[in-house]
Amino acid sequence: MELIINLAINGISTGMLIFLIAAGLTLIFGLMDVLNFAHGGIFAWGAYAGVWFFSLTQSFLLSILAAVVTGLLIGLVTEYLIIRPVYGNHIQQILITLGFMLVLSEMLKVVFGPDIKAAETPSYLSGSWTIGDVTIIKYRAFIIAVGFLVFIAMQLILKHSKIGLIVRAGVMDREMIQALGVNIRKVFVGVFMVGSALAALGGALFAPSSGVVYAEMGMEFGIFAFIVVIIGGMGSIPGSLIAALLVGISNVFMAYYLPILSMAVTMLIMFVVLIFKPQGLFSTSGVSNK
Amino acid sequence: MESTLLKLEQVNTHIDQFHILQNVDFEVKSGEVTVLLGRNGAGKTTTLRTIMGLNGATSGSIVFKGENITKLPPYEIAKKGIGYVPEDQGIFYDLTVEENFRVGMRKDDDGTKERMEWVLELFPDLKKFWRKPGGQLSGGQKQMLSIARAYVNDNDLLLIDEPSKGLAPVIVEKVIESIDKMKERTTVVLVEQNFYMASKLGDAFFILDDGITVHHGRMEQLIRDEELKRKYLGIA
Repeated sequence: MELIINLAINGISTGMLIFLIAAGLTLIFGLMDVLNFAHGGIFAWGAYAGVWFFSLTQSFLLSILAAVVTGLLIGLVTEYLIIRPVYGNHIQQILITLGFMLVLSEMLKVVFGPDIKAAETPSYLSGSWTIGDVTIIKYRAFIIAVGFLVFIAMQLILKHSKIGLIVRAGVMDREMIQALGVNIRKVFVGVFMVGSALAALGGALFAPSSGVVYAEMGMEFGIFAFIVVIIGGMGSIPGSLIAALLVGISNVFMAYYLPILSMAVTMLIMFVVLIFKPQGLFSTSGVSNK
Repeated sequence: MESTLLKLEQVNTHIDQFHILQNVDFEVKSGEVTVLLGRNGAGKTTTLRTIMGLNGATSGSIVFKGENITKLPPYEIAKKGIGYVPEDQGIFYDLTVEENFRVGMRKDDDGTKERMEWVLELFPDLKKFWRKPGGQLSGGQKQMLSIARAYVNDNDLLLIDEPSKGLAPVIVEKVIESIDKMKERTTVVLVEQNFYMASKLGDAFFILDDGITVHHGRMEQLIRDEELKRKYLGIA
């Protein structure tokens, strides 16, 4: 039983990391109709920025802040230089963002060197708690807590603030929100920056959990995030959370019991969801995206 | 003497390779309901969308309150004081009635509050279903919400596209009654296929045919002109 609980906790914490990347991606995808394959690259930059700042300052909080700022800045530059010229054209978006993903990965090697970097866990988050026969790794519990806090914060902002209402309305009907006097392009930039910052936060939290960072990690996690967005329904934050937890937990269990099929189970979940709910589990009913 | 609130001169609009509006001239006087008539595909909806900047005019000029708005983006045009009620109503289905109002509210001043109270008295159903998602409203209620939302802002002009479309006759009567009350407070451009509604509400009319303005005048003239109605509106 304790094994199952431990695997479940690992799965939830993995799911929370995927959620942090997918939450930004689902907003960008849902609101802006942009397929951003460079999103994983921003996750990797967040991880490297966090590791680098932690080695400089030994402050985990500062390293997280540095990663978030890195994500905001890369998001701003990416929207302005890469995305803006290709709004409305999915093929061009896929090509240019995949290319930019490679650029981001290679730039990591240029700036930080080609070798894998070790990532430390801050001392106060190292170790574990033992409750009965169950061992809870502190850092995994921390990731779960941060993931839930981000989810709650996003829900509160989206449900109760004016800007949240505008974003939700923009996901449903971009044209109408403009006809009501909202400059949706400005909102796009803000959402793109916040989405990128969430990916970078996910990267910074992932690094101590895995113990290492490497330039190609962005591509691996970026694919997971896309699958989660498709399963959860584009534009839906609760959908992304549920889908990320589903993918995280099923992956950890499969990796333990049937490692050869750990990636296949993710694809299987997506396959089943697409057959029965092509719009995803929690697609917003009012999506027209004119 | 009413002053000109909106004037389109020689406006052309292309959608992809199609030349939809061809040198359209159109004028709206303050305080009136101007009805745009014409058969399906005549360019009525495109005219409203061009005024709103949703389909950019390729040439010609659109002047609103003396200011050229031809090249402005839709959100700037809305802020100048034009409210838009699209053919599909433009309701945000996952937002409640209250949120549908709030998302489009540009100010929270006394004037907005007064208009909100007035419009909720006009459409009491909206108050009743205040916390209900827009997607769960009936067709008539969605239409009322769309019109009310456009009215609540301090707009000088409302563009309303086919408000009778898909509604039961009894609801159409309610919508006519509502717009009739609203026209005492604001200027309206109404696109309408339903000639009964158009004739009840309209002060002036323009007829579009294949993207060209073919006739305009006072509504009472059109009501009497059987030949014009038969030729361009298919009314025997």
